[in-house]
Amino acid sequence: MSDRISVAKTYKLYIGGAFPRSESGRSYPVTDSKGAFLANAAQGSRKDARDAVVAARKAFPGWSGATAYNRGQVLYRVAEVLEGRREQFITEVSAAEGVPLKKAQSTVDQAIDRWVWYAGWTDKIAAVLGSANPVAGPYFSFSTPEPTGVVAVLAPQQSSLLGLVSVVAPVVASGNTAVVVTSQDRPLPAITLSEVLATSDLPGGVVNLLTGRTAEIAPWLASHADVNALDLTGAPDSIRADLERSAAGTVKRVLRSRAAEDFTREPDMSRIRAYLETKTVWHPMGV
Amino acid sequence: MWEYAPAPESRDIANLKPNYRMFSDGQFVEGTGEPLKTVNPATEEVLAEVSTASTADVDKAVKAARRAYDRVWSKMPGTERAKYIYRIARLIQERSRELAVLESLDNGKPIKESRDVDVPTAAAHFFYHAGWADKLSYAGYGPDPRPLGVAGQVIPWNFPLLMAAWKIAPALACGNTVVLKPAETTPLTALVLAEIIQQADLPPGVVNIIPGAGDVGASLVEHPDVNKVAFTGSTDVGKIIQRELAGTRKKLTLELGGKAANVVFDDAPLDQAVEGIVNGIFFNQGHVCCAGSRLLVQESVADELLEKLRVRVSTLRVGDPLDKNTDVGAINSREQLTKIQELVESGEGEGASRWTSSCPLPDKGFFFAPTVFSNVSQAMRIAREEIFGPVLSVLTFRTPDEAVAKANNTPYGLSAGVWTEKGSRILWMAQRMRAGVVWSNTFNRFDPTAPFGGYQESGFGREGGRTGLEAYLDV
Repeated sequence: MSDRISVAKTYKLYIGGAFPRSESGRSYPVTDSKGAFLANAAQGSRKDARDAVVAARKAFPGWSGATAYNRGQVLYRVAEVLEGRREQFITEVSAAEGVPLKKAQSTVDQAIDRWVWYAGWTDKIAAVLGSANPVAGPYFSFSTPEPTGVVAVLAPQQSSLLGLVSVVAPVVASGNTAVVVTSQDRPLPAITLSEVLATSDLPGGVVNLLTGRTAEIAPWLASHADVNALDLTGAPDSIRADLERSAAGTVKRVLRSRAAEDFTREPDMSRIRAYLETKTVWHPMGV
Repeated sequence: MWEYAPAPESRDIANLKPNYRMFSDGQFVEGTGEPLKTVNPATEEVLAEVSTASTADVDKAVKAARRAYDRVWSKMPGTERAKYIYRIARLIQERSRELAVLESLDNGKPIKESRDVDVPTAAAHFFYHAGWADKLSYAGYGPDPRPLGVAGQVIPWNFPLLMAAWKIAPALACGNTVVLKPAETTPLTALVLAEIIQQADLPPGVVNIIPGAGDVGASLVEHPDVNKVAFTGSTDVGKIIQRELAGTRKKLTLELGGKAANVVFDDAPLDQAVEGIVNGIFFNQGHVCCAGSRLLVQESVADELLEKLRVRVSTLRVGDPLDKNTDVGAINSREQLTKIQELVESGEGEGASRWTSSCPLPDKGFFFAPTVFSNVSQAMRIAREEIFGPVLSVLTFRTPDEAVAKANNTPYGLSAGVWTEKGSRILWMAQRMRAGVVWSNTFNRFDPTAPFGGYQESGFGREGGRTGLEAYLDV
C-alpha cells in the first residue's frame, strides 16, 4: 500500500449555516497538546461576531416558533449524526485535549448522550416550568417559559467537545439561538461539530461558531445590543467582570457559571432556566 | 359630569406620627443620616420627619441581618417560618384601613386604589408566600433548595407597601433575611410594616428597614456581606446596579421600566376596551412600570375609539387622594411632575396632537390632568420613553403583523395588552409580543400566584408564583 497523501481540512467559521473564513482574513495555528501543528483555524473578528449575531437573530423567529417536538427531533438528529462520526471525534478530541483514545471515546459518547438528554427536554420544559396560576379573581392566568433570544456563549476552554455541547444544547433546546466562541486553543472539534449541525436539519443561524481569541471577540458580544444573554463559562478570569459590566448596558441575562464545571456529571435544569423568560397571560372568565 | 358630594376618608385613621425612625435589629432606632421630610404630594405639606441611614447604619443593619440569618432564620424549620409570615399577612389585614390612608397620604394615590389594591394585595403576597416556606422541596429546584443569605432590597415610590411585600415575603419564605430600603418620598408604610413585623414577633434582624435616598440604596447593594440584590425602579438605576455587581457572586433580580403596548383590534368590544385602556394608563396616575402607555389601535376603529376614550377620560375625577370618589390622585413628587411636563412638551414639540381633560385640578399639590396624544409616531419621545404619568400615546396599525412589530419596537418588555373577540388572535398575539405579562381583554391585574417581570431592558427575574422563588434560592 502506497503512502497516500491525505486531504487536509480547512477549518472555517460557521455562521448562518455557511462556512466562511474570517472576514479579517486572519488565522491562527492550532497545535495538539504536545505542540505539534494540527491546522490553522480562522481567527474570528468583531465583524464576524456581528455577522453571527445577525444570523442568530434572523434564525430566532423560526427556531423559537418551531414546535417543541420539532426541536426535539432536530436535537436528536444531531446525536444521530454525531454517533455516525464517532471515530472522527474520538481522534480529534484526543488530539485537542491530549487524552488517550479510550478517555476521548467516553468523552465523545457523553457528548452524544448529552444531545439526546436535551433533545428529550424540548417538549417537557413548558410542563415542568410553566403553570396555571390560581389567581384570586375571575381570570384564567397561565405562565409559560419562552426563549430569551440570542445567547452569546463563551464555550469552556478545556473541554473541547463535551463542554461545548453541554453549554450549547441547553441554549437551543428551549428555542434560543446561539453565537458561540469556541475553546480558543482547542477549537477543531467545535468546527467539526458544526459540520454535524449543518447536516442535522438544524436551521442555519441557530448555532453559530466562532473560533479565535476569546478575549478579543467576547467584549463585542457582551456589549452587543441585539444579544439577550451571555454565558461566561469560558471567559478568562481577567475579563469576566468587564464583560458583565458591558452586558449591563442592555440588561443582559448573564450566566456566571462556576469555574471548573464538571461536564461529565449529569446536568440539571439550571442551564435551561438561565435562558428562559416567563410570560404570564391573563384573560377574564365569564359568559 | 355628575356632581359628587365630597367623601373623604379621615386622615386621623393613618395614626400619623411626627417622627418615624429606621428599623434595625428588631428596634426602631434613630438613623445617623440626614433626616428627610416626607411630603403629602396632594397638599405639599410635610407629613413627618423620617430618620435615614448613614453608611454605618447600613452596615449595622446588614450585620444584624447576617446574625439573624446565621443564628436563627436559616436554622428555623420552614413550618415555623411560615407561621411568622402568616402573622404578618394577618396583621396587615387587621391594620388595612390605617395602612391604606397612610399610603394615600404619603404617595398621593386615590384611597380606593390603596384600599382595594395595594393593601389587600400586599397581605395576599405574605399569605401566599408563607405557604411556600415549608414546601420548597416541591418547588422544582431540587430536594432541599437553600436560601442565599442576606437580601438587600431597594423599592420604588409607586406602590410603597406592595413593593415591600413583593420583596420581603418571598425572601423570608425561602429562608433569607432582609435589609430593605423604601423610596425616599414614600417611607411611611414600610415603617408601619416594620411595626407589624415587630408585633408579629419576628426574631430581631430578620427584617431591617432603612429609609434614605439613592445613596443609601447604593451602599446597601454594594455591601460585601449582601448575598442577594433585588431592585425595582428605573432602567437607568438598574443598569448601574448590574454594573456594580459585576464580578461579585451576588444574585441579582431587576424589575425595571416599561413602555407597554396595549393593542386594540377592530373587532374588540370597544366600550370594554376603553375601560381597560383607562385602567391601563390612569391607574395610580400612570405611575406604573407596566402601564399601557402606548395604545395601538387598528386604523379602522381609531377615530371611534378615540372619541369614546376622550368622553370616558373626561369623567375621571382628579383630586384629593383621600376622597373615595377620586379616580386620579396626586403625582408623587414635584420632580416627577416636572418630568411628565417635560415629556408632554416634547410630544407637542414633535408634532403629536394633545388632548387633555378639562377636569378641575386642586389649587395646590402636584397634579396633572389626564392627557391623550394622538398622531404619535414611533420615533417620538412620548412613544419611546417611559413617562410614568397619566399620559397616553396613541398610534395606529393596519395588520396584526404590523401590530406585533410596533408593539415589540422597544428596548423594554414588561407588559402588553391585547383586545379582540377572537380567541385564536389573542393567543397568536400573546405568543409574539415580547413581554413578561400579557393582559388580554383586561389590564393591570396582579396576583401573588402569577409570575411578574420583564423581558429585555425591563429587567430579569420574576416575582410571584413558583417561578418567583428562584430569585431567593441558591439554585
